[in-house]
Amino acid sequence: MITLSDIPPRGGAGFAGPMALFVLVLATLPLWIAPIGLYEYLGIEIAIWILFAMGFNLLFGYTGLHSFGHGAYLGIGAYAFGLFQQQVMVSLWGGLFCAITAALLAGAIVGAFLSHRRGIYYALLTIAFGQVFWFCAMKLHGITGGEDGLLGIPRPDLIIGAWRVDLNDNTNFYWFVAAIAALAVLALWRIVNAPFGRVLQAIRQNETRARFVGYDVWRWKWLAFTLSAGFAGLAGGLFAMAQQSAYPDVMSLHQSGLIVMMVLIGGGLVNFWGPVLGVVLYYIARDILGGLTEAWLLWYGLLFVIMVMVRPEGVAGLFHSLKQRLPRQASVTKPEQA
Amino acid sequence: MALFRAEGIQKRFGARVVLENITLSIEAGSVHGIMGPNGAGKTTCFHVLTGHHAPDAGRITFDGRDITGLKPHVIARLGVSRSFQMMNLFDDAVVIENVMLALPAFRAISGRPFRTSFGDSRLIEAALEVLDQVGLAERAWHNAKSLSYGDRRALEIAVALAAEPRILFLDEPTAGLGAKATQNLAQLIRRLRQRYTICLIEHDMRFLFELADRISVIHWGQVIAEGAPEALKANKWVARSALGEVA
Ligand SMILES: Nc1ncnc2c1ncn2[C@@H]1O[C@H](COP(=O)(O)OP(=O)(O)OP(=O)(O)O)[C@@H](O)[C@H]1O
Ligand SMILES: [Mg+2]
Repeated sequence: MITLSDIPPRGGAGFAGPMALFVLVLATLPLWIAPIGLYEYLGIEIAIWILFAMGFNLLFGYTGLHSFGHGAYLGIGAYAFGLFQQQVMVSLWGGLFCAITAALLAGAIVGAFLSHRRGIYYALLTIAFGQVFWFCAMKLHGITGGEDGLLGIPRPDLIIGAWRVDLNDNTNFYWFVAAIAALAVLALWRIVNAPFGRVLQAIRQNETRARFVGYDVWRWKWLAFTLSAGFAGLAGGLFAMAQQSAYPDVMSLHQSGLIVMMVLIGGGLVNFWGPVLGVVLYYIARDILGGLTEAWLLWYGLLFVIMVMVRPEGVAGLFHSLKQRLPRQASVTKPEQA
Repeated sequence: MALFRAEGIQKRFGARVVLENITLSIEAGSVHGIMGPNGAGKTTCFHVLTGHHAPDAGRITFDGRDITGLKPHVIARLGVSRSFQMMNLFDDAVVIENVMLALPAFRAISGRPFRTSFGDSRLIEAALEVLDQVGLAERAWHNAKSLSYGDRRALEIAVALAAEPRILFLDEPTAGLGAKATQNLAQLIRRLRQRYTICLIEHDMRFLFELADRISVIHWGQVIAEGAPEALKANKWVARSALGEVA
């Protein structure tokens, strides 16, 4: 029987293989990260940014909507988590729920202003709104703590039934974050390959066509924006736990640019796994180049420029074209009917 | 009663009046042709009828229902489908996905992000059936981008058909096609007219006169002549453009 899942995913990206590798790396990371000279906290940061980047790519790569202000939703998640711990109660799930909800809400409101725009106007508006949130974080001293931000945000224990895990321990916290990242990746794979995700991709390819076969493009663009803001909020909540603080820099334009750069370098435009590659590459560059020279960001920036010039599809695109040079097979073969 | 009516449609872009006063009436089950010189406003007229632009004045009704100023996706869902003069496809997708996206049954399940693909073979079959109508079933699993120009034009029509329309607007479907492909297309339209009401813009007079039950000639944003093909041959403008004097 031929089913929808036989329709090739974008860039022909496989899932089972890469996912197995991804889970394997995540699951074994604490075993080898210290021996190779890195540290566990890096694993935490990578897992959080993978979550952020994958959710962002639902909007950026799949729907083709270029948000340059997504750091705002990471920040909103971080602040929401912190405020919940400090003002309401110390609770892991409560905090994360609050982080997601706050970011979803902000995303929904901003999305409503954005979704009838496209191209450069869309991008400019995302930046403008990102700056509005950053400005609020800076100026609303009473709530956000201004430039200093919220300090001393606790990492509440993870409680499942009678089982209590202390997340102040970085290894435990790593497991927690890695599990969430893996689940999110799984969910996103489902989303982008379900009819839902196919429509998002159709809108990227041809907004007009999608509209004339009956899709309410505005609503879809709004949904994509809101959803990706929700993922950013979750990542932000975890980031607040990781850093045990939330501060305006989390939602600065700099972070927003960084996530775009990671996704582009990794190849999020052509491949589901691109953002994962991009995040990993960034942190490797930061820690290895950063160990060699103060000016590592300059080199990384140059890498980015070269990448955009010679291989705009990113690292995943590079793999992709290498694969195509190998023995040629028909671009897509019709699945066998069983 | 006419299935689709437009009365006194006017459309301006800034100071430029593109549609002065268009009145059209398309009978159910008919093939209605639209012709006129370049820049006459034919495509703009389609844009207004299908909701891409709201008219500045006038009224559009479909099956007795006022659709003036409704959004394109709303009009599309009511059963108004169209193709484009400039090709408009989902280029990164395979052929069958282009068609499937347009199926109302697919649209109905698309709102659920986690819906499994169980039972989708019915959607695939429906999509293949549509592709079969335009002779593309063989190419269902090719990339849309890799199709020949003629096949892409056929796919354009397949996407419009997949939406299960009651009326089909085709904007210059023969543009850029060779003689053979044009003939195939004429045959396709003959088959389609048994199931759909069709309105098409065409420059190819032979093609149009063979197929259409009625023809409206648009010039300077107005319908300057209208009637059965035979009757129109006597029209001065039509006769001149048939001789190739007016492009
Ligand atoms: N969005 C727009 N803004 C301004 N002017 C427009 C717009 N769309 C169309 N026009 C103008 O309206 C006129 C009619 O264009 P239209 O595309 O409807 O002509 P047409 O009859 O389809 O011509 P062709 O046979 O070349 O396809 C043209 O002069 C065009 O420049
Ligand atoms: Mg035209």
